[in-house]
Amino acid sequence: MTTRTDTPAVPIVPVAAGPAHELRSAMMVWRREMVRFRHDRARMIVMLLQPLLFLFVMGTGLSSIVETGGDVDFRTFLFPGVLAMSVLFSAAFAGVSLVWDREFGFLREMLVAPVSKFAIIGGKCLGGSTVATLQSVVLLALAGLVGVPYNPMLMIQLLGLLFVGAFMLTALGVLLSARIKQIQTAMPTSQLIIMPMMFLSGALFPMANLPDWLAVLTKLNPLTYVVQPMRAAIFDHMDVPDGARELLDPSITWFGATIPVGVQILVAAGFAVAVLTAGVLAFKRTD
Amino acid sequence: MSESAIQLRGLTKTFDAVEAVRGIDLDVGEGELFGFLGPNGAGKSTTINILCTLTKATSGSAVVAGHDVSVERAAVRGRIGLVFQEPTLDTYLTAEQNLHFHGELYGVPRARLRERMDDVLTMVGLSERRKDLVQTFSGGMRRRLEIARGLLHFPKVLFLDEPTIGLDPQTRAAIWDYVGKLRQTEDITIFVTTHYMEEAEYCDRIAIIDGGEIVAIDTPEALKGTIGADRVQIHTNDDDAAIAQLGDRLGVDAAVHEGMVTFAVPQGAQFVPRLFAALNVEINTVTITRPSLDDVFMAYTGRTIRDAEESGGSQHPFRLMAGKR
Repeated sequence: MTTRTDTPAVPIVPVAAGPAHELRSAMMVWRREMVRFRHDRARMIVMLLQPLLFLFVMGTGLSSIVETGGDVDFRTFLFPGVLAMSVLFSAAFAGVSLVWDREFGFLREMLVAPVSKFAIIGGKCLGGSTVATLQSVVLLALAGLVGVPYNPMLMIQLLGLLFVGAFMLTALGVLLSARIKQIQTAMPTSQLIIMPMMFLSGALFPMANLPDWLAVLTKLNPLTYVVQPMRAAIFDHMDVPDGARELLDPSITWFGATIPVGVQILVAAGFAVAVLTAGVLAFKRTD
Repeated sequence: MSESAIQLRGLTKTFDAVEAVRGIDLDVGEGELFGFLGPNGAGKSTTINILCTLTKATSGSAVVAGHDVSVERAAVRGRIGLVFQEPTLDTYLTAEQNLHFHGELYGVPRARLRERMDDVLTMVGLSERRKDLVQTFSGGMRRRLEIARGLLHFPKVLFLDEPTIGLDPQTRAAIWDYVGKLRQTEDITIFVTTHYMEEAEYCDRIAIIDGGEIVAIDTPEALKGTIGADRVQIHTNDDDAAIAQLGDRLGVDAAVHEGMVTFAVPQGAQFVPRLFAALNVEINTVTITRPSLDDVFMAYTGRTIRDAEESGGSQHPFRLMAGKR
C-alpha cells in the first residue's frame, strides 16, 4: 500500500501479507475456476443431462405410483432434489479436481506462494461452488415445466441454498483430495460418498413415514438440511393442500422438537465450514 | 557489496535414520550465478527444498534474501522465484493467465502487473504467444514461461532446479541464453542445479555436493586448475589386464568408467608412447581430454556424473544390465 510508483526503474517490493493479500489471492483462485469453466463448455452440457433424466424420465415414470396426497405433481416434489443432485456432482468433482492440480504440478505453484493455505483452499471451494451453482441456473429455468412458479424471491432463495450445498460438497471433495493422490481412486471414492448423501437427503423420496433407522440416517445427513429448506421454499410459494404438504414436506424434528428452517440452514452452513477447515488442516499436514 | 543472498551455517537434515545433509556452510553473494552439482541422492534437492522453505532443516541455519527460512517463511517465499524440475503450469490457461495468477498470489501491485508481465514475456521471447493456451506450447516454451513467471514478482533470488532437464541441446542452449540475458536486466542472484557438466561452465561459482556435504566449491576455472592432469581413456580387449599393467609398470591408478579404462596423467599426449610400449594388451582407441568439470566431479566424488546417475538412481530398471565390470 505504501509502495511509491514514481521511481519506475527501481523494482517495487510486492505486498504479500495481510488480510487484503489473502483476499486477493483467494479471489484469484476463484477466478481461475471461472476461466477454466468458460473454456470447458462440454462439461456443462454433460453435467446437465443426468438431472434432466432424473426429472423427466424417472419423475414421470414414478409419478404414476407415488402417493402425493392430492394434486401435487410428483415432479414438483422431485425438482429441488434434482437441483441439489446436479449441483452435488459438479461441486464434488470441482473439489476433487485438486487431485488433478497436484498431478499436473499446479497445486505446487499455489502452495508455495506467500499466502495461507486457507486462502487457496477457500478460493478453490468458492470457485467450485460458484461453477456448480451457475450450472443449476439452466435447470432452474425449467421450473415452470414442473409447476414451480418463477418467483424472483424463490429463485434467489433456491440459488442461495444451492450455493451452500455446493460449498459443502466442494469442501468434501477438497478434503478427499488431501488424502487421495490418484485420480483413478478419487473419482469413485467421491461417488461413494455422494450417492448415500443424495439418497438419504430426501431428494428422491418423501421423508414422511420412513422406518426409524432410515429416519435417523436422514437426520444425520448434512445434505438433508439443504434439500428440505429448498422444498419448503418451493411449497411456500405454491398452493399446496395441508395433507399433501405433511406427506411430501414433513418438518424435521430432533427428539420431538421441530427444527426451524433457519436452524436447518445454519446446520448446513456450519457443516460446510467445518469440512473446509478440515480440508485446510489436512493440506497443512500433507502437501 | 559483499552481502550474502544465501547464507547457510551448519545445515543438516535427517530423514529417520538417513542423514541427507550433513553440515553445509555456504555463502552465495548478491548477483552471483551459483551452480549446485551433485548426483541424485547427494542432498541437492533436500538442500534446495530447505532454502525454498518447503522442508524444515534438522539443525543449522539458512538465511535467504535476508530472512531466516525457518521462522520467516512467507517473507522468504515472497522474495524468491522458483522454477521446479517438474512443470507447474496450468496448461488449460493461457500464458498470460498463468502469469496473472502468479502476480496476484505474490502480491505484485496491480498498477505494475501488466507492465511487468510484458517485460518478462519479452525477456523469454513469448510476447507473441501470450494469448495462447499453454497446452499448445513445446517443452522449451513452457520452461521459458516458468522462468518468466519465477521472475514476475521481482525476486531477489531465483532458484532453477534442473532448468534444462529433458530438453534438446538446442533448447538447452537457448534457455541458458535467456538466463544470461536476465542477469543483465535484473538485479538478481541465481541458484541453479544441473547435472549437465557443460552447463555448469556458465556459472560464476559452483559447489559439488556428495554424501550430504560440499566437497568442492570455487569458480569452474579454479576447480579445473586443481586437477592438473589430463584424462586418458582407452579401449582395450582386456581391461583387467590393462588396469593391472598400468598399475605395475607405469604406477598409474586406473579404473573402468563409462565402459573404458580411465586414468589421469599430467601430460596426456606425451604419455601415449609410453602407454603402448608398456602394455601388452591390444589397445583399440585412446582418447585424451583436457580437464573438464567432469574430471573435477570425478576427482572429488570418485565417479563421473554418469556413473553416479546410474548407481544413484536406485529405481533405474536397467541398472543390473548396465555392464558394470
